[in-house]
Amino acid sequence: MLQLILEQSLNGLQFGLMLFLLAAGLTLVFGIMDCINLAHGSLYMVGAYLVAAAAQAADSFWIGLGAGVAGAAVLGLLLELSLFRQLYRRDHLSQVLATFALILIANESVRMIWGAQPVMLNPPEALSGPVEIGGFFYPAYRLVIIAFGLAVAGMLYLLVAKSRIGMWVRAGASNREMTEALGINVQRLFTAVFVFGAALCALAGGLLGPLLAVQVGMGESVLILAFVVIIIGGIGSIRGALVGSLIVGTVDTLGRALLPTLLRALLPADAASTLGPALASILIYLLMAGILFFKPQGLFPARA
Amino acid sequence: MSLRLTALAAALLLAGSVHAADKIKVGFVSTLSGPGAGLGVDIRDGFNLAMKSLNGKLGGLPAEVLIADDQQSPDTAKQAADKFLKRDKVDFMTGIVFSNIMLAVGPSVFENKTFYISANAGPSQYAGEQCNPFFFNVAWQNDNLHEAVGKTVQDKGFKNVVIVTPNYPGGKDAVSGFKRFYKGHVAEEVYTKLGQLDYAAELAQIRAQKPDAVFFFLPGGMGINFVKQFVSAGLSRDTQLFAPGFSADEDVIKAVGAPMMGMFNSSHWAHDMDNAENKRFVADFQKEYGRLPSLYASQGYDAALLMDGAVRDVKGKVEDKAALQKALEAKRFKSVRGDFKFNSNHYPVQNYYLRVIGKDASGRVTNKMMGSIFTNHADAYVAQCKMK
Repeated sequence: MLQLILEQSLNGLQFGLMLFLLAAGLTLVFGIMDCINLAHGSLYMVGAYLVAAAAQAADSFWIGLGAGVAGAAVLGLLLELSLFRQLYRRDHLSQVLATFALILIANESVRMIWGAQPVMLNPPEALSGPVEIGGFFYPAYRLVIIAFGLAVAGMLYLLVAKSRIGMWVRAGASNREMTEALGINVQRLFTAVFVFGAALCALAGGLLGPLLAVQVGMGESVLILAFVVIIIGGIGSIRGALVGSLIVGTVDTLGRALLPTLLRALLPADAASTLGPALASILIYLLMAGILFFKPQGLFPARA
Repeated sequence: MSLRLTALAAALLLAGSVHAADKIKVGFVSTLSGPGAGLGVDIRDGFNLAMKSLNGKLGGLPAEVLIADDQQSPDTAKQAADKFLKRDKVDFMTGIVFSNIMLAVGPSVFENKTFYISANAGPSQYAGEQCNPFFFNVAWQNDNLHEAVGKTVQDKGFKNVVIVTPNYPGGKDAVSGFKRFYKGHVAEEVYTKLGQLDYAAELAQIRAQKPDAVFFFLPGGMGINFVKQFVSAGLSRDTQLFAPGFSADEDVIKAVGAPMMGMFNSSHWAHDMDNAENKRFVADFQKEYGRLPSLYASQGYDAALLMDGAVRDVKGKVEDKAALQKALEAKRFKSVRGDFKFNSNHYPVQNYYLRVIGKDASGRVTNKMMGSIFTNHADAYVAQCKMK
């Protein structure tokens, strides 16, 4: 039983950290620039495709990952300069419309370039097996994902809380005019934040590619989860995004694993097998509703 | 007067409508994108191969095949089917992969009195109480391949099994089929979301149960990911995997490779079956598409041949629905799986075989035929069917 809990916690941690990579960029763009970016999931999808294509061309997963992330960053830069810069000052409805159009354009472009069937991305040969930890086997590749996620979370913390750039970002978010008056180029700063968010998306897409499948529309379902995360965590807060991601990751994993078993103890087998999976898939939304009821601003509101 | 003339004209038109059609139209709605796309693409390629071998004709008449992608969504499928039925006025419909989509599209097809030739989805509903004269399944009833696995697992003496299947009508049919012949202990029935790709939570559950075998039914990309993750979690060391042919055919083998060796699975067809039709089909398919056909491809191929035989039998008079139904029931073609016949519910009565994945003579990882599990096997729902 202890082993099961440990393994499921690792699974929840792995899922949560990947959600964090997506939610971090989303919460910064949404919270700091006040821009709703529905196409965040499309950056994740395009990033995954770029990683898959580069990995195939170079015949190495790691080179592919690096090249794909760099490619997505360039794409993010172009998007910011051409489109998003025009959107910051518009109202949320225009932003939703424009970025929703981006989703459709991205999906169709990917379908045209790579086809409608999923692209298979394999993990590096050395990581495709299990490793033994504490008496049970766990997939090596998932451990690598956890390591990546923790490293990014640590780096983001240092960057936002301790560095000068982080200070500028926080200052730009709380009072844009004053920051500009002090001689900080806020526009360039926002560009940097957006590009960084795009790179994190591609990193998540590339790392998850071998576990899931690289396919058209993979961004939409994960985007919904990323929004749930930043709403739970508090919009604009990196700390909130991390805590929210881990909560959502753990609740989803444990819900899927334990809920059907629990229900079977309470209900007849037939009803439990119908109700269990259904309930497990809405659990995180119940959680979100509950948290919003007690803390309407999320767990860590950025602007208290 | 003019009213009477119109009525007369209408009557004449109606009377004249049972003549040979000059063209046969087939509406093909299938899953051609997303994780389930491999299945739809194989059915389509099999169907097109048969059309090519028939020189683009069905029963000697020129034929047009209209193809639409349902994106594995019942809504999209229903829209595409309605367009084929109402605007294009197709003579046959086929192609649907998933049973939940079949159940959503079925009612409008039957209401329109159009024959649906299922090349895959075989829901228990349409085999039993909701059986319909306009529905034919040229492949199998959903339960059948799972029944065959259940029998195999039982015969091989496994006593403690975990079942993994998606939570949708085809998944429910899988569990009931498996348990009809497997009598040992079921440690856990795991239901996943249809289209799920990450099985970390489910695999941890399986590890905790310590079963001696796992029976899983996860078609397409779901199965590919499940087997890969099962192996990388180290579970393959002391747990034997069993699956119906759906989760162990060329699409999955190509993606997973060597880790699948030694896996037993069931099918009504195998690419190494020894009959003239099958040899020609497998050779032609490889020549045309550069890969081995899967069971889905064989089903698409047979669906086209069934239509061809029936249209020829009614001499192109496809408007005479009663005659066309009789002709379909008579099954005027030679299937690549060998002989079979339709039961009173329009589902096949046929043999089911055991296959095992291994290396063939040329070192390629593929399925090898082991022998038969059931002979002339019917589905369990036929008694509930009162065909009108």
